[in-house]
Amino acid sequence: MTSPVRATAEQPAAGAPAAGPPARPSAGPWRRALGRLRHNRSAMIAGAGLLLIVLACVLAPVYANAIAHTDPFTSNASGTVVVNGERVPVLAQSTEGLGLGVTPVGPTWDPGNYFLGADNQGRDVMARLLYGGRNSLLIGLSSAVVCCALATVLGVLAGYFGGWIDAVLSRFFDVIWAFPVYLLAICLSVVLLTSGLHLGPIHIDAGSLALPVVIIALIYVPYVARPLRGQVMALRNKEFLHAAVGLGASDLRIMRREVLPNVLPTVVVFLPLMTALNMLTESALSFLSVGVQSPDASWGTIINDGLALLYTRPAITIAAGLCVGLTAVALNVLGDGVRDALDPNARLRGGA
Amino acid sequence: MIGYILRRFGAALLVLFAISVLVFLIFFATPGVDPAARIAGKNADPATLAQVRASFGFDRPLPVQYALMMKHLFISHDLTSFVNRGTLVIPQIIEAVPVTLSLVVGAAVIWMVLGVGMGTLAGAMRGTLVDPLVMLLGVFGVSLPVYWLGEVVNLITQKQLHDSVFSWVPPLGYVPMSEGIGQWALHLLFPWLTLALLYAGIYARLLRGELINALNEDYVRTARAKGLSERRILVKHALRCSLIPIVSLFGLDFGALVGGAALLTEVVFGLPGVGKLTYQALQNLDLPVIMGTVLYAAFFVVLANAVVDVLYARLDPRVRRA
Repeated sequence: MTSPVRATAEQPAAGAPAAGPPARPSAGPWRRALGRLRHNRSAMIAGAGLLLIVLACVLAPVYANAIAHTDPFTSNASGTVVVNGERVPVLAQSTEGLGLGVTPVGPTWDPGNYFLGADNQGRDVMARLLYGGRNSLLIGLSSAVVCCALATVLGVLAGYFGGWIDAVLSRFFDVIWAFPVYLLAICLSVVLLTSGLHLGPIHIDAGSLALPVVIIALIYVPYVARPLRGQVMALRNKEFLHAAVGLGASDLRIMRREVLPNVLPTVVVFLPLMTALNMLTESALSFLSVGVQSPDASWGTIINDGLALLYTRPAITIAAGLCVGLTAVALNVLGDGVRDALDPNARLRGGA
Repeated sequence: MIGYILRRFGAALLVLFAISVLVFLIFFATPGVDPAARIAGKNADPATLAQVRASFGFDRPLPVQYALMMKHLFISHDLTSFVNRGTLVIPQIIEAVPVTLSLVVGAAVIWMVLGVGMGTLAGAMRGTLVDPLVMLLGVFGVSLPVYWLGEVVNLITQKQLHDSVFSWVPPLGYVPMSEGIGQWALHLLFPWLTLALLYAGIYARLLRGELINALNEDYVRTARAKGLSERRILVKHALRCSLIPIVSLFGLDFGALVGGAALLTEVVFGLPGVGKLTYQALQNLDLPVIMGTVLYAAFFVVLANAVVDVLYARLDPRVRRA
């Protein structure tokens, strides 16, 4: 459970990212871990794949403006499109059943012209997919960062001070842990999505992306905080901590300079895995229509949009789901590589 | 041991109480959220709002409202829905429980058999093609969204191949066991497989890791030195120890699934279980139903946590003193 204790002199400044160790003559633990990660072929392939996905999503406006010439956020109910030399409406009147619904145009496989077809409002699915990916990735990553930061602070505090601080924080973790995650997220989303969050000086509007970020970050705090607390409690009895106490260092200084560098590898290990988990949670919430709100898109909302058209235009659902799945696979494989490189003994799932 | 069990279940009760308060506060005391406004509709005039407040008891102090709700839920068992007034909450939940249990128990059997089987195979046949395949399935298990997999399964079995290979697949929905065990199983087959496939991957991968660790232990070397067969070492010695973390994880996952994590699977396959009930209640903000289902869900999660802890204490006496 505990990572190997290292002399603090070897540590780079707290908070240094794993990817960019400072230049120094003897290879520090971060640099050695990076070297191990570099030699992990599957992790590197996953990282490259992830980079491609991120790049494609970042370039979403370029695709929408320069290639597809479409606005993926306004509906295009009366538009027409040329397919195989024929001009057809984007939304055709449904011929099945009562003929009440509409059937959007299917995939044309022409990048400039409804590559993956249109959704039920005549919007370009490919462009929405790229824009949706931005939201999904942004929410996944930022909520993972918020979650890990909050969990580090709480876990270190609980483990370091023990006593009543630990008792209160641990009960807090217990309650959130015992709350079925999706139900808690849905409860919070249902309440906050209509009115937004107004807590003292903090004001988050109802449609803001920050809401799902905060909600998802909050529900997974015990996942990260509990193992960290255990690590810190094990560190409490180490000699270098006694030495720091003997030197008269303040609690804050000890936590920052002695404890934090020792638990940071575990936090970094959690980061990609939590990003994958949070992105999946976001897409599940959006799928249940309590995540990202229209007209904004995320991969989850696109899967939800495609649900009504599943049997006629399956490409919408399949493409969005593949995006979620592939990104999560890449993040998990990369995360496993990071774990093998930094902290092979970290137990991440189950917590027991 | 008795003392530990009592303490553990006392703590579980406290957690349940805290959860009920938390849910209540989320819906009744979040700043800027007014349950009366939700019930009365978007542009209700003040008189209607006041009427709704009085009729639902929202004008009383929060602790009184909480106590009243708990009394209706646990003592008089006559908590009624806010949306369909007159509909009792508890019978609705009792009706939905068998559906969720059918789904989760069936899936659990499949995923434990598959997971343990594949994990053992991968651990024993390290270096062959089986090993990376199981690892891959494990990665997919944590990465693929279950609701999406369910939709793709629906697409294939209900539409694309429904006229040829899958013509025997019944339409979506649930058939109770009383109408014939064959139909019950047939309706649940694909939900079971969808849910089980992802968990089987996760469990196989975990078991593989544990097995590989166990096979490097001294007691395995001793067993080899005694001249036991590889097969016996694997099954009787290594596997037994490796299964402990699997069983504890199983307790937690099973509790979580019965307690609402199967919501997405239920929604996608149209199964009227507790998860779907909760989801519908959340969509029209039917607070008493949400309260009932969330407490029911939390009960299973907390129970599973407590049972796992007690089992651990039974296996490892050091835990009892913690």
